[in-house]
Amino acid sequence: MAQMTMIQAITDALRTELRNDPNVLVFGEDVGVNGGVFRATEGLHSEFGEDRVFDTPLAESGIGGLAVGLSLQGFRPVPEIQFFGFVYEVMDSISGQLARMRYRSGGRYNAPVTIRSPFGGGVHTPEMHADSLEGLMAQQPGLKVVIPSTPYDAKGLLISSIRDNDPVIFLEHMKLYRSFRQEVPEGEYTIPLGKAEVKREGSDLSIITYGAMVHEALKAAEELEKEGFSAEVIDLRTVSPIDIETIIASVEKTGRAIVVQEAQKQAGIAANVVAEINDRAILSLEAPVLRVAAPDTVFAFPQAETVWLPNYKDIIETGKKVLTF
Amino acid sequence: MASKTKTAQFDAKMQLEKVEEQFQTFQILNEEGKVVNESAMPDLSDEQLQELMRRMVYTRILDQRSISLNRQGRLGFYAPTAGQEASQLASQFALEKEDFILPGYRDVPQVIWHGLPLSQAFLWSRGHFEGGNIPEGVNVIAPQIIIGAQFIQAAGVALGMKKRGTKTVAITYTGDGGTSQGDFYEGINFAGAFKAPAIFIVQNNRFAISTPVALQSAAKTLAQKAVSAGIPGIQVDGMDPLAVYVAVREARERAINGEGPTLIETLTYRYGPHTMAGDDPTRYRTSDLDNEWEKKDPLVRFRKFLEDKGIWNEEMENETIEKAKEDIKVAIKQADDTPKQKVTDLISIMQEELPYNLKEQYEIYKEKESK
Repeated sequence: MAQMTMIQAITDALRTELRNDPNVLVFGEDVGVNGGVFRATEGLHSEFGEDRVFDTPLAESGIGGLAVGLSLQGFRPVPEIQFFGFVYEVMDSISGQLARMRYRSGGRYNAPVTIRSPFGGGVHTPEMHADSLEGLMAQQPGLKVVIPSTPYDAKGLLISSIRDNDPVIFLEHMKLYRSFRQEVPEGEYTIPLGKAEVKREGSDLSIITYGAMVHEALKAAEELEKEGFSAEVIDLRTVSPIDIETIIASVEKTGRAIVVQEAQKQAGIAANVVAEINDRAILSLEAPVLRVAAPDTVFAFPQAETVWLPNYKDIIETGKKVLTF
Repeated sequence: MASKTKTAQFDAKMQLEKVEEQFQTFQILNEEGKVVNESAMPDLSDEQLQELMRRMVYTRILDQRSISLNRQGRLGFYAPTAGQEASQLASQFALEKEDFILPGYRDVPQVIWHGLPLSQAFLWSRGHFEGGNIPEGVNVIAPQIIIGAQFIQAAGVALGMKKRGTKTVAITYTGDGGTSQGDFYEGINFAGAFKAPAIFIVQNNRFAISTPVALQSAAKTLAQKAVSAGIPGIQVDGMDPLAVYVAVREARERAINGEGPTLIETLTYRYGPHTMAGDDPTRYRTSDLDNEWEKKDPLVRFRKFLEDKGIWNEEMENETIEKAKEDIKVAIKQADDTPKQKVTDLISIMQEELPYNLKEQYEIYKEKESK
C-alpha cells in the first residue's frame, strides 16, 4: 500500500473513476495542463486527454451550468470550484438547479454531479478562500455534503460521491491536503456516504465533529484522558445527511456531548446535531450539549486567524464544562 | 497645471457604428406577406409551409384558451405567447427531433411541438411535477424559471453532444431582459470557447416585464452581444416565420458542422401581459405601440403569403382551430384526471435514496395525507 497525502488520495480517486467510467468528466479552472492550483488533478490531463479532463473559462456559474447540461447528456461531471468561497457565484446552479433536477423533472432526470472544492482555515489565504460554508450547502434539500478528514477517507468518499446518482458537494480542507500521509489502498474502494466513523471510543463524553477539527478533537481527547476523562470522537464524514444512528448510540452511552465545527457558531451543522440530540436523546443526557465553533463574524483575515479558529484547547475547555456540569 | 490635450487613440463612434452596421434585420416576408428577399427563401415544401401555419394558428388558440382557463382558475402559472408565434414555432420547426430544447418559461409552445404532451404542459402550469416528467425520446427539459440559467446549461448540453458526436444541437431561449444576466454571457462564451453546437435565441419582445429594452443595455442590437464572445450573431424579424426558420436552420448547419454556436435575436412582441399573475401592460406600453406591432402580426403575414400561393384557405384555418380546441379539451381532462401531487410524492422524489430525516417525514405526511 502506498503512503499518500490527502491531495494524492484525491487525485488517485479521480484517476480511478476516470478509468472506471467513460462518462466521468473532470473540469474547472486550471485543472487541465496545470493539474489544478493544489495539483489535485496532477497528471490526469495527460493520461485521459482534453476530452475528459479540461480547463473551462473563468466563470463559476458557467461551470455549474456546464455540469447541469453535461449531466442531461448522460455524463457524470466532477467539476472543481477553485476555492469554496467562490461558491456564491454558482449558487443557482447548485441550489436552484442540480438539487432540484429529480423533482423538477418528475424523476426523469437526475444530476450525478460531484462538485469538489478546497476550503478551510489555517493556511493564511486571502479573503473568500477559507470560509466553511458547509452549513449553507446542508440547508439545501437534495444535496449531500461530504467532508473527509484523512487521505484514506478522502479517496473512498470521493469514489462514492462520484458514483452517487445525486449531486454531492465534496469539500476538501486545505490544511489537511499535505499535513500527513496515510496508507491508502491501490485501486477502488468506497466508504458509504451518510456514515460517520467512531475515531476513538470513550465512555464519558461524545465529541462529534468533522473535517480538520477531527484532529483537534483527537488531541483534546488525549489530553482529557490524562485527566481521567474518557472521550469518544466521532467523525461525521458526511455532514448532510448526518449519521443519526451513530450519534445517538454514542450519546446514549456517554450521556454527555459536545459538537465541534470550524465554521461560525450561528446556524450550521453543529446546531443541527445539537437539535437532533435534543429531539432524540434528551433523557440520556446528563448535561446540556454545547458547541465549539468560531465566532459569528466573517472568516478572519490571516492576522487573527489562529485565535479565530477553534482548537484542541477550546475543545478541552468546553468538554470539561459538560463533563463537570 | 493645465492638462495636455491628447489625440484619441481610437474613434469610439466609428467603432460602434461598424459593429452596429453588421446587425441589420434579416427579413424574407414583409408585413404584407410579400417576399422581399427571394434569394434567402427556404427550401420548404407546400406541406411544410402549411404545417408551420397550422402550428401558428393552433398555438394562437392555445394561448387564448390558456388565458381563459387561467382566469377560470383551471391553469396555474401562464406566460402569454400571442405575437411570438413566428419566433417560437419557426425556430422549433427548423430543428430535428434529436435536438435538445432548453426553454424559458414563455417557451412552452416549442416544447409542445417538440413532443411534450399538452396535458403535461397544463400540469407544469399547475405546478405538478409530472409536468416536467418528459416522455422518453422527447428531447427537452421543463421550462426554466431563473432568467439566464438555461443559457449556461445549453452550453453544457451542447458540449455533451459534441463529446458524444451526435450531430445534434442544443437550443435555448431567453428574452431581451435575459441578455443582461451574467449567465447569458457565460453561456454564449463557454459555448464559443468549446465550439459547442448550441443555438442561443433572444426573443426581444421589447419589454422585460415593464422595463423597456433601451434600459437593458447601451447596445443598439442584442445580436451584437455575440461579438464579445467571438461567435456570430444575427438579428431577425421575429414576426417573419421564414426569416426565423432560415436563421435557425443555418445556425444548426454551422453547429453540426463543428463551427460552433450562434446567437439569434428575434424582434418580436408579446401582445398580452408578462404573465397572468396581475401584470398590466397599460402601465408601461402605449396602445399606439401595441397597434404598431399588431400590424406586423406573424399569422396575418404568413396567411397572406400562403393564400397568395393558393395553399391556405378559411376551411383549413377553421379545421385547425377546431382541432386545437378539441385537443385542449382532452388535455385538460387528462390533467384533471392526474392524481394531485402530494407532499409524500415530493419527499419520495428528492433523492434516489432517502436520508433518515426524509424517511421519518414521509411517515408523518403519509399519516396527515391519509386523513
